[in-house]
Amino acid sequence: MKLPQAPGRLGAGGIATLLLLTVLWGTGCGESTTEEAGDPIKVGVLHSLSGTMAISETTLKDTILMMVKEQNAKGGLLGRQLEAVVVDPASDWPLFAERARELLESEQVDVVFGCWTSVSRKSVLPVFEENNGLLFYPVQYEGEESSKNVIYTGASPNQQAIPAIDYLMNEVGITRWVLEGTDYVYPRTTNKILEAYLQQKGVADEDISINYTPFGHSDWQTRVSAIRDFGSAGKPTAVVSTINGDANVPFYLELANQEVSAEDIPVIAFSVGEEELSGLDAEPLVGHLAAWNYFQSVDSTLNTEFIARWKDFVGNADRTTNDPMEAHFIGFNLWAKAVEKAGTTDVDAVLAALPGTETPNLTGGIARLLPNHHITKPVYIGEVRADGQFDVVWQTDDLVPGDAWSDYLPVSKDTKADWVDLECGNYNTLTDVCSGQNYE
Amino acid sequence: MSKAAKFSEWRSIWLLLAVFFLGFPGPARAQTDDAFRILVAEFSNANFREKRVVIERLLDTGHPGVRGFLTALLDSRLFVRDRDQQPFIVESTDDGLSEFTLLDPASLAGAGSAQPGQLSRVITNNQLRRFLRTVIPRFSLSSPDAGIRLDAVQQMLRSLDAAAIELLRDRADEETDERVSYEIDTALALAALDESDPRRRLSAVATLADRLHPEVFNRLSVLLYQAEDGSFVEPSSDVRRAAGEALISIGRARTFYGIIETAFFGLSLGSVLALAAIGLTVTFGVMGVINMAHGELIMLGAYTTYAVQLAMPEHISISVLVAIPAAFIVAGLAGVLIERTIVRFLYGRPLDTLLATFGVSLVLQQLVRSVFSANNRPVVTPTWMSGTLQINEIFSLTYNRLYIVLLALMVFGALMAVLEHTRIGLEIRAVSQNRLMARAMGVRSEWVDAMTFGLGSGIAGVAGVALSQIGNVGPNLGQSYIIDSFMVVVFGGVGNIWGTLIGGMTLGIANKILEPFAGAVLGKIFVLVAVILFIQRRPRGLFPQTGRAAEGM
Repeated sequence: MKLPQAPGRLGAGGIATLLLLTVLWGTGCGESTTEEAGDPIKVGVLHSLSGTMAISETTLKDTILMMVKEQNAKGGLLGRQLEAVVVDPASDWPLFAERARELLESEQVDVVFGCWTSVSRKSVLPVFEENNGLLFYPVQYEGEESSKNVIYTGASPNQQAIPAIDYLMNEVGITRWVLEGTDYVYPRTTNKILEAYLQQKGVADEDISINYTPFGHSDWQTRVSAIRDFGSAGKPTAVVSTINGDANVPFYLELANQEVSAEDIPVIAFSVGEEELSGLDAEPLVGHLAAWNYFQSVDSTLNTEFIARWKDFVGNADRTTNDPMEAHFIGFNLWAKAVEKAGTTDVDAVLAALPGTETPNLTGGIARLLPNHHITKPVYIGEVRADGQFDVVWQTDDLVPGDAWSDYLPVSKDTKADWVDLECGNYNTLTDVCSGQNYE
Repeated sequence: MSKAAKFSEWRSIWLLLAVFFLGFPGPARAQTDDAFRILVAEFSNANFREKRVVIERLLDTGHPGVRGFLTALLDSRLFVRDRDQQPFIVESTDDGLSEFTLLDPASLAGAGSAQPGQLSRVITNNQLRRFLRTVIPRFSLSSPDAGIRLDAVQQMLRSLDAAAIELLRDRADEETDERVSYEIDTALALAALDESDPRRRLSAVATLADRLHPEVFNRLSVLLYQAEDGSFVEPSSDVRRAAGEALISIGRARTFYGIIETAFFGLSLGSVLALAAIGLTVTFGVMGVINMAHGELIMLGAYTTYAVQLAMPEHISISVLVAIPAAFIVAGLAGVLIERTIVRFLYGRPLDTLLATFGVSLVLQQLVRSVFSANNRPVVTPTWMSGTLQINEIFSLTYNRLYIVLLALMVFGALMAVLEHTRIGLEIRAVSQNRLMARAMGVRSEWVDAMTFGLGSGIAGVAGVALSQIGNVGPNLGQSYIIDSFMVVVFGGVGNIWGTLIGGMTLGIANKILEPFAGAVLGKIFVLVAVILFIQRRPRGLFPQTGRAAEGM
């Protein structure tokens, strides 16, 4: 008799309890949508995974994936998880612009880490400015640019090329210079700056030789022979190399074959790092120089930990770390700090929070984002060892602030970039006019 | 000169002292040992500039350990033990060693061992190594091996100071080897240009007049410099005139060797082009297939070289020789596979073949990326292929290029032999001239097609072995050669193997003649424009095919 009633009573109480629970659970769920389990923060990765640049850029994609994973392990940002959105622009410059548009418009990413070559950066610039995106660019470059929407975490010429020249001139006593480059925008602009700098330092025109070779140049016999002749005039001679990727190996091989040693004519390169050396027999390169803001061989606790985490992440103990990876490490941390400071991932708020943000370098010192969207960096000169690593033979005493517009070129020496006070990337200090465009 | 004289006087005292000390082992020896040890310890913690000073002081001690110490330093075998900052020489730093054997720098006696992680290497820089290379040879001037003595004198010649000149002067009297004497003469004549007696200077210029060393040319040029006040660096007009004449004759020799050098560069570039193109002549020229994957077959050959080296790490020196047949087989099989699975369905449809093989090329590139990674692979150049064949002081030929020229000629000869003197060669020619007639005569044309394609691809593989010795071995290797290869084939005359060889050599030499004047970028453009104009005049290339076969194409 009582039995049939029991479900009824239970039912009434049960329904009430259920309702209450539902309401509670519902609100709880609602809260967690915004606070914890909600939409992740999207981090765009715009690096070539196929084609010529895949060699260098794949590593950078992995670096960002590692940073994202580590950040998530620490609980994400603003209580939200991060999600990496990886696209492949396939070393194809117009495709970079297309993929950037895809990231910003369809994927609605909050930030993008990407590009390697200057031409790819130039190709995505209009897309980022049009969509008010945020790009962290991790590679040393020719300068002469400052965009509201780009943070340059790689070295500008005054953080790499100029200190390299200073080292060769003052420490090695070089008086005769060969500027050897691949024929495109980065070497041409860099060499223009270096030539002006050398002339200013009193180097005669006949002691400067500038040459360009095509992309992927493989037959270096004539050039190396010419360099040898140029260097046999009894004056200490050095080669400043802005030779791009693939052409480097045949160049160094030919130097070794014609028995031009680093002790006689050292070659200082701005784009040959640990990653590039891991793909070749480094023996013929021993003693040649590289100027970077990071070397794997620099001994510091942070660096040792980073290298260990990296090797663990890629599951290969032979993998190396390099300068652009450190730039991404710095860039990611700067962004994360700025997001926390701003309390949102909104690009304008993050851009406002970014200048002045600081994060430690892997090799020591603090990287600070300057109003011109460049950062402070230490500069190291390394000599290649037989194992493909570098011995640091010189470093700057202090951190060098990145300069967007070179002081040594007549067209840009009166230009400055300041996104805090002037809100301009191309401000002429003589006429007090902001040219309105962010880059040239 | 007075400085040098003083130095030598002082030096002989020190030699006496050294002999004295060495003759009496015991406290005296222990004392120099201590001085030596102190300097070595000082060295290990010094910066690069201080290091050089310490080396000079070490040389002054005359301690018997100096030579071993400096050699170890040059070879990067000097380490400091982290635990107590004690410097040691490590016997060998081979990769495989888990324990380094330590030697005491002063006595070179064994001093236990340590794990590499417990030691820090004492680093040197270019300037230090350069200094070491001019200093260390001073110890080998009396080596019984004339080759070592020659090296030593040549190294010393590059930076002569009073001490070096003194040593060379001593050595000159006892030297028996002709070549070494010749170099010592050069060095002493260079030194004699500083003497005060104009007759000595004149005779020095006479000695130097036929020497091609860059140091001689620079030194003689300096004699002719005129200061702003009108005075010359070299006061005697006789010496100046002699120097001027010597410079003219040296300059003439330099121009002469410069021309030969350009010709060699051209030939070697030409043989690379020809090697890359010969395989294409077979597939494109004989079969009429536009094989866009030709470059990737070259790449397969290069990767085969890498794989062979991995397989026989103990025998790197012969690995390249083993790689030649291996690459031929690998690339050849790949070629046969491509022909059997794709190309044979598309004969007579050149546009489709072009697209399909282009697709194959992308597949092969990505395949290599997946198997070997996107990074370039390190291929070691065996010692017998590196370095130069020194003809004289200013002219030398690089061995790797020499061997590539040889390889190109051998491949060419072998291919000619196969086509002219074997049955398969006969069949290939028959099918290419008249397929139907050949089939009527009982030739299995399909099988011949596969073999022809395989032969062309195999040769591409051999080209890959050669290219692995002069450039990158990476997924993009093939792309850089495909355009040049087609250019050579079209220029030489489609289907003509002689044309490919001559065409490749012509383009190589033209490139190298233009490069110094026009630069590499413009030079290449000029050559391309010249080829286009040439093709306008002679659409069938240098050596056009004639007869019915040509009309059929």
